[in-house]
Amino acid sequence: MKQRKDLTRDLTFLGFVSIVAIVLLSIFPGRRAAVITTSWEFLVEMISILPAVMVLIGIFAVFVPKDLVVRYLGKDAGIRGIFLAIIMGALPTGPLYIAFPIASALLKKGARISNIVVFLSAWSCIKIPQELVELEFLGFRFMLARLTLTVIFVIVMSLAIERIVERWDCYEGREG
Amino acid sequence: MNVATVIINVFALISLIIAFVKDGTKTKQAIMIALKSFVRILPMVVAIVIFIGLLLSFVPKYVISRVIGEQAGFKGILIVAILGAILHIPSLISFPLASSLLEGGASITAVAVFITTLTMIGVVTLPIEIKELGKKMALLRNGMSFIIAIVIGLIMGWIL
Repeated sequence: MKQRKDLTRDLTFLGFVSIVAIVLLSIFPGRRAAVITTSWEFLVEMISILPAVMVLIGIFAVFVPKDLVVRYLGKDAGIRGIFLAIIMGALPTGPLYIAFPIASALLKKGARISNIVVFLSAWSCIKIPQELVELEFLGFRFMLARLTLTVIFVIVMSLAIERIVERWDCYEGREG
Repeated sequence: MNVATVIINVFALISLIIAFVKDGTKTKQAIMIALKSFVRILPMVVAIVIFIGLLLSFVPKYVISRVIGEQAGFKGILIVAILGAILHIPSLISFPLASSLLEGGASITAVAVFITTLTMIGVVTLPIEIKELGKKMALLRNGMSFIIAIVIGLIMGWIL
């Protein structure tokens, strides 16, 4: 159901962009060559990496068991837990909304809040296929700098969130 | 063909061969999933590619750089951060878009902030996140991600 809705949305967007392009290019025929050249270059670049990226996503979807994350991301505290959370999140395993139920299950199992936040953040922005596409379009230095900074700040953020949430829970516990 | 393209394809090919040696049936399943995902993402790829063509050919460089370029200041960064948080573009497609913005005169900071909020923050998925993890964690994570995205972008602009 959701997938069909998403596909309709994508096709609507494609239709909208195409109509805008057709209208603009019939008003300004002089720009046609420039638009076609630019679009074509980007299309070729996308098509030359997307199949490879999709193959990697497919392989991981089939070969990596679904409960792997829950199995390995328990109460493991400290550096090891954070490191595992990043690795688990970075595996190419689908969109973010799949990660929330996993995170919720982990929370109920007693995993550390910081690990869960790191896991969610890694899932959303340190995915392996994503980094490959970033490498292709923005270059090695940009990719490496953003990856390193993201890892550092995500860890800091996760520890901060853990402290805040625990403090709140503590207050609420005293009042209630 | 650039180096990155070759690396990505070789990496995928080696993974595919290893997978096939380990389990042929499972690998066929994996290829089917890959094929489906590829077909599924195509409309968005074509749409964004046309959008990039129009953007770079119709919007003059000085306009892009005035809004989100080096001289745009903090307001420009805030605009892209909010846009990134609201928009629901698949991350794989956000990179060509980001690279076209860079080509069109946007600053490194703006582009890095855009990608980071786009991937880390989901206003669209926020209700699911609240449902699964509770208001406290969901709001804290999204709110703090917004701030660290801007910090990451500023540092990126400074070091690159």
